[in-house]
Amino acid sequence: MATAPTSGIVEIDVRTDEMLVNMGPQHPSTHGVLRLVLRTDGEVVSEATPHIGYLHRCAEKIGENLTPRQWIPYTDRMDYLAGMNMNLGWALTVEKLLNYDLPEKARHLRVIIAELNRIASHLVGMGTYGLDLGTFSPFLYAFREREKILDLLEDACGARLTYSYITVGGATADLPPGWVQKLSGFLDQFEPVILDYHALLTTNAIFIKRTAGIGLLTPEMAIDYGCSGPVLRGSGVDYDLRRDGDPRYTSLYADYAFEVIVEKNGSYPRDHDYPPVPSEAILGDCWHRFYVRMLEVIQAIALIRQGIEKYSQATGDWGTPIKLSTKLPKGEAYLETECPRGQMGFYIVSDGTGPIPLRARARSSCFSNLSVAPQLCRGCLIADVPAIVGSLDIVMGEIDR
Amino acid sequence: MSGKQTIERLQKRFGDQLTHVEPAAIDPWVEVSPSSLVEVCRYLRDAEELRLNYCNSISVVDYCDPNAKPGGKSAWEPHLEVVYHLSSIQYKTTFVVKVMLPRWKDDVQGMLPEVPSVSGVWSTADWHEREAYDLSGVWFTGHPNLERILCPEDWVGHPLRKDYEMPLEYHGIRGR
Repeated sequence: MATAPTSGIVEIDVRTDEMLVNMGPQHPSTHGVLRLVLRTDGEVVSEATPHIGYLHRCAEKIGENLTPRQWIPYTDRMDYLAGMNMNLGWALTVEKLLNYDLPEKARHLRVIIAELNRIASHLVGMGTYGLDLGTFSPFLYAFREREKILDLLEDACGARLTYSYITVGGATADLPPGWVQKLSGFLDQFEPVILDYHALLTTNAIFIKRTAGIGLLTPEMAIDYGCSGPVLRGSGVDYDLRRDGDPRYTSLYADYAFEVIVEKNGSYPRDHDYPPVPSEAILGDCWHRFYVRMLEVIQAIALIRQGIEKYSQATGDWGTPIKLSTKLPKGEAYLETECPRGQMGFYIVSDGTGPIPLRARARSSCFSNLSVAPQLCRGCLIADVPAIVGSLDIVMGEIDR
Repeated sequence: MSGKQTIERLQKRFGDQLTHVEPAAIDPWVEVSPSSLVEVCRYLRDAEELRLNYCNSISVVDYCDPNAKPGGKSAWEPHLEVVYHLSSIQYKTTFVVKVMLPRWKDDVQGMLPEVPSVSGVWSTADWHEREAYDLSGVWFTGHPNLERILCPEDWVGHPLRKDYEMPLEYHGIRGR
């Protein structure tokens, strides 16, 4: 037995035989069916290999056999926690191909719905991340608020998870009467609750210990591996498609005031009483990725508030869904939107012969975000693997094709 | 730099190596030959004022009509297109590069067409190329670990090919 370390730092000097550990496919912290094969030496992970594709649902193949509007329900089954944002991405892509201009009212309706779903998605990301790290109550608190958002979305479209509400040409229906008032009421109630989440997780000593300085992702690496969304911004890269993306997408947010959540000169945009960055946290670690998500919730509330005002004042129609038989023009279009988990790109190719596209492609954010996991897990402890994978906030349905 | 300007710049730099340009498309694109792909990509990533350092997506489009009548007219010759969607984080611009490939190498059924891997230019291309190989059947030469990623390792065929047929049986599981 080695003598006790005098420096106070526990050395990992226990050498054992190399071992292969299977984590998943249905480990609680893998958020779906993800199998991670870990090559470990004692507690230290020397290599992590993600195996994906256990869900293979042929979404792209189906897209080649359906009209764009018929494919909408399939898009929200990809990222089932943010179906509205996925609907929006595909609808915008087809509109780009059709060169269809959206009415003013439909534009604000889309912003409200998409940002509301972003909050719901981030709440799940936050709650389950707490679960990954061994705490249960934040999960319940997050789901309590998420249920209220799902109630609102159900009122609007009739479904709680698989929406197919935002569609090519606008939305399938207008918001029901009195819905906007209900939404305002919810926002007023929800906004102070966010500080509770910060108290439970962000400033929690155990949480900080488990996440700060773990899974460091440098900005160069994040760009090189095609990471996006909170993962990219958590590394300090100032890039948000709502501001920098395709003109068709940014025009939705054209007259909205918002700031991209990213660290600038050691601090985040300060417009709220959220806790400061702890001294242990390093830019690009799990803690920052989590924090960016939390601040985006506050940002989304501000965007919805603006959206409500603009929607109430807008005149005209909420949009007319295109007919299923609408012939697609010859050509191709690619468009990316900022989904809660990152950039979701859709690509449509049409040969101009009918309403069914030749190719419907989905480029998902989690696919690229997960590809960096082997790099992040190298040399970490087994207990840190859930913290790292959880901080990427993956949904396996999105990785599937 | 807009797509049009990027194309002009590339034409000046690479000249004949660009086999086709389409500045008027919804997303302007250039077509390059497989042999000069890596060189063009490296230039797009590193050149000042371009800095297309973010690879969004690598998709394969299969131009093939399995139900076409023999001798019938089609708008295109059967072929594969590998499409690279690139972005610049710094300049907030996008650009599209395409490579045209035959459906089968040397027209031998089952021989995958080859294109050099760009995983050395953008690391993210690693997984995207594996996906393209798995689902559409394009062989990326020089890829460090070109294995199936979504389908099982012993799966036969490439599901996103237009003439793909679902296997009747896989390890005792009935298909179709």
